[in-house]
Amino acid sequence: MNHPHTSATSSLATADRVARGLGYFSLGLGLLELASPRLVTRSLGMEGAEALVRAAGARELLTGLGALGVNPTPALWGRVAGDALDLATLASGLSPDNPKRDNVKAAMAVVLGTALVDAMAARALSERHVRPRHGYIADYSQCSGFPRPAAAMRGEASDFETPADMRADIGSGPRPAPVPIRLSDTDQ
Amino acid sequence: MKALCWHGKNDIRYDTVPDPSIEDARDAIVKVSSCAICGSDLHLYDHFIPGMEHGDVMGHEFMGEVVEVGADTKRLKVGDRVVVPFTIVCGECEQCRRGNFSVCERSNRNKALGDKAFGHATAGLFGYTHLTGGYAGGQAEYVRVPFADTTHVKVPDSLSDEQVLFLGDIFPTGWQAVVQCDIQPTDTVAIWGAGPVGQFCVRSAVLLGARQVVCIDRVPERLSMAAAGGAITIDFDEESVLERLEELTHGKGPEKCIDAVGLEAHATRSLDSMYDRAKQAVMLETDRPHVLREMIYVCRPAGVLSVPGVYGGLVDKLPFGALMNKGLTLRTGQTHVRRWTDDLLRRIEEGQIDPSFVITHTVGLEQGPDMYRVFRDKLDNCIKVVLKP
Ligand SMILES: NC(=O)c1ccc[n+]([C@@H]2O[C@H](COP(=O)([O-])OP(=O)(O)OC[C@H]3O[C@@H](n4cnc5c(N)ncnc54)[C@H](O)[C@@H]3O)[C@@H](O)[C@H]2O)c1
Ligand SMILES: [Zn+2]
Ligand SMILES: [Zn+2]
Repeated sequence: MNHPHTSATSSLATADRVARGLGYFSLGLGLLELASPRLVTRSLGMEGAEALVRAAGARELLTGLGALGVNPTPALWGRVAGDALDLATLASGLSPDNPKRDNVKAAMAVVLGTALVDAMAARALSERHVRPRHGYIADYSQCSGFPRPAAAMRGEASDFETPADMRADIGSGPRPAPVPIRLSDTDQ
Repeated sequence: MKALCWHGKNDIRYDTVPDPSIEDARDAIVKVSSCAICGSDLHLYDHFIPGMEHGDVMGHEFMGEVVEVGADTKRLKVGDRVVVPFTIVCGECEQCRRGNFSVCERSNRNKALGDKAFGHATAGLFGYTHLTGGYAGGQAEYVRVPFADTTHVKVPDSLSDEQVLFLGDIFPTGWQAVVQCDIQPTDTVAIWGAGPVGQFCVRSAVLLGARQVVCIDRVPERLSMAAAGGAITIDFDEESVLERLEELTHGKGPEKCIDAVGLEAHATRSLDSMYDRAKQAVMLETDRPHVLREMIYVCRPAGVLSVPGVYGGLVDKLPFGALMNKGLTLRTGQTHVRRWTDDLLRRIEEGQIDPSFVITHTVGLEQGPDMYRVFRDKLDNCIKVVLKP
């Protein structure tokens, strides 16, 4: 069976590379949020929200590790959800009595930008790596490799003798007679 | 020449690399006519096996025509058509003389590295980690074959590449996995994994006369191919593997269990799989032994576990108490390919089996990088990819 496939010089496509970049970004941001949440809250005028920042940091670490793993797709969707959460949290800092309101706005713009990249990468990764949910399933019921129905092939290679060093059962001959068990000294 | 090269996790490239040349009088150079991507290549692609280096040429399933031989090569001549076993064998050491070719004592040129990793080095392998010699592989236009006199299988022109290519790995691998179960006509054999290796396990178990062959996976087209070969199938996404196996064996468990999955086992709705994934992500565990755990648990006491599936390092939470108390026999190993190939070639010639059934994709070598993805991600109903340089 031949199927046309686009040839690529590397198995890594742009989406895979972007996901990797986002993974490192996630790790960096996560470490920062975990290590110095005060730095973040102070610059946003949102003192008191340190616990939230730490939680976001932990989440970034997780999605970062995931995005750098073998299968980054779920982590990238995780980042998209995380971006939405972050935007909601930031929005609470937009109140007119926050003197750092402009910083909050700038942060929201950055998160929005990242969210866009995350979403695009997540979509591209899904297309590249995930089996379509209701995709076509090939029928390989004719691919037996046998000249006759499989049932008729049972034991066709019984001329083969298990080599001595691979015997694991009782050798390949017929099963031996059951070993008698003597229950008492008077048993014969 | 052109070749598929490893450049890190998820990164296989179609590169231009220097042509191989004779380095030792016992070498031969083979011009590759067909090669394939194996599940073992996926462990390298996913970077679960240590000891890979940037630019390593991939591939250990290949065949072709001998185009050059070293001065001490006696049994091969230019023009011979050969399949090359993935385990390189000297043919003379103590292990080779016993037929334990995959632990040949001489073919691993990085013996010190292998000794350090595994206690004692194992045979040299093509296109694999530097722990096994770091020999350039066969997903390329040309390959240098060390110990060429003993590391080849001559194949007749009457058979196509597709019919004999898998003599280099997956057919003997499935065969040995079943042989070391020492099949009895009363046996139920449970095979985890319906990938190419699992498929050959199914066929081998049928040919060797098992009463009942069961194959477990979750990829529908793979299960349908396993059924075509005579297996009862279990979809582990849909049903409980343990319950079904108990049912099929009247509560006694299968006598023989085969792990044709290896260290990247998936699991559905199971606690242990989440545990493994978390530990693997933070590098506290290298391998995910879900299938091993399941086999140890479900196997009939005094039964046999056969593990062709590849493991690379450390596993965690293995129920060794069950293994010990049930008196199970555990058999493992890279395949002693050359030990089985004469017999298997005869079976192909006699028409007992045609190994080409497993091929779903045939493309040019330049499409190799993309086919790694298609094969690993189980896209496009892919089961086995053959590449033509
Ligand atoms: N011992 C040897 O000499 C040798 C030779 C060749 C391949 N191998 C190894 O054999 C294994 C299989 O190779 P392959 O080419 O068939 O690879 P593959 O990746 O195509 O097949 C693995 C299959 O296992 C299935 N699977 C995953 N988790 C499972 C679970 N929990 N239960 C049941 N099935 C599950 C997957 O869906 C997949 O179909 C790999 O580990 C490979 O490295 C060993
Ligand atoms: Zn292989
Ligand atoms: Zn040897």
